[in-house]
Amino acid sequence: MSSIEERVKKIVAEQLGVKEDDVQESASFVEDLGADSLDTVELVMALEEEFETEIPDEEAEKITTVKLAIDYIKENLQ
Amino acid sequence: MSKRRVVVTGLGMVSPLGNSVAESWQQILEGRSGVAEINSFDTSAYATRIGASIKDFSVDEYMSAKEAKRFDPFIHYGIAAAEQALSDSGLAIQDSNAHRVGTAIGSGIGGIGLIEKSRMTIEKSGPRKLSPFTVPGAIINMVAGLMAIRHNLQGPSIAITTACTTGTHNIGMAARMIAYGDADAMLVGGAEMATTQVGLGGFAAARAMSTRNDDPQGASRPWDKERDGFVLGDGAGMLVLEELESARQRGATIYAELSGFGMSCDAFHMTSPPEDGRGALAAMQAALNDAQKDAAVLDYINAHGTSTVAGDVAESRAIERLMGPAADAVAVSSTKSMVGHLLGAAGAVEAIFSVLAIRDQVAPPTINLQTPDEGCTLNYVPNAAQQRRIEHAMSNSFGFGGTNGSLLFSRYQG
Repeated sequence: MSSIEERVKKIVAEQLGVKEDDVQESASFVEDLGADSLDTVELVMALEEEFETEIPDEEAEKITTVKLAIDYIKENLQ
Repeated sequence: MSKRRVVVTGLGMVSPLGNSVAESWQQILEGRSGVAEINSFDTSAYATRIGASIKDFSVDEYMSAKEAKRFDPFIHYGIAAAEQALSDSGLAIQDSNAHRVGTAIGSGIGGIGLIEKSRMTIEKSGPRKLSPFTVPGAIINMVAGLMAIRHNLQGPSIAITTACTTGTHNIGMAARMIAYGDADAMLVGGAEMATTQVGLGGFAAARAMSTRNDDPQGASRPWDKERDGFVLGDGAGMLVLEELESARQRGATIYAELSGFGMSCDAFHMTSPPEDGRGALAAMQAALNDAQKDAAVLDYINAHGTSTVAGDVAESRAIERLMGPAADAVAVSSTKSMVGHLLGAAGAVEAIFSVLAIRDQVAPPTINLQTPDEGCTLNYVPNAAQQRRIEHAMSNSFGFGGTNGSLLFSRYQG
């Protein structure tokens, strides 16, 4: 089983059409990885599916970087 | 104000007979049918189980997998045909001309398949599982929008939706924009992918489609005594229209001149034409008036000719009334006998076939025409293409709602 970090990075790479190597933890979806507002909504939905969880809209809006996504999943999966 | 002349300088197509203009046209001239059993979903409960679907199309030639999954297939077909047309035209978009180039690309129904799937998502998983691309991936004007974004086309961007007259109206109205000076070039046409559960079921419920399920290739048979309705087709047709002088200055290949455009409404019934075809007649006459030409100049008419009982006779009568004794000399054919009825893309692919008829001096055939119905007495180019002189070719489209449009293309002599 891959780590949460690896799974999040893989989904970010797939959803935003970037190389997994370019998905640094510090990367911002919009500023560094070229996402627009629709891309980020779709990305959060993909994370929900992968981790079989529901991310409320007010929480989803705060997830703007790879690290924030990883942190959210870690905190809420336990 | 004198009217600026408009010419055709680029063509693109994804059709049931091929995923390019050249391939489709070759098949058309050979009289091939693109109709087959529909196998994209279980059709066993449907009255009609046949259609003219797109085959061997790879969307990844035109967009990334990430983009492709967001859009309804009508957008895939539309983008493919539009990219082909723009590339064929050789028109270079630069900062200096970007605001003078626009788009007029419609669809009869738009992303019905994606809307159906989205409804299923709500049923199954709830509304929060809808993709953020549900709406942008399905709306009718998104082919126009995406092409503008891809190529920086900052001129007018419209998507006229008039059922089966959509393609014709987008071409005609875009030509008016060029003639009027709103733009110097327009990427125009229509795209459709309505062979879905609701599309097929809905047209079947309207009793508009052929149910000749045991003979798919013989199902679309305009003017034939045994015709029993149209066959649904998918695909897209796109053209680049350009103001004559700017096309000449850049040394563009000019396929033909778009010399006339006319519109009318039957004001009669939602889905049926009046028996005398008066609305069709009015549209054809208006296109000739626009070109300041007499009906006797017509050498070829690419008819609407859907293979419905009422429509085919009405159009035939309208042509007889339009041309009088000269109707004996005109070639009238329906390429829908081969590609089916592409709804909002029909007018666009048929405009392309009309332009190619002029280029190659050949009238494409109407296949499956064994015994012309009573009152159908024109030269419908039965079953084999006819080489002939074609200076002026007309393309007709008539849609639900009684909306009619006719385009007149003329051989361009430099």
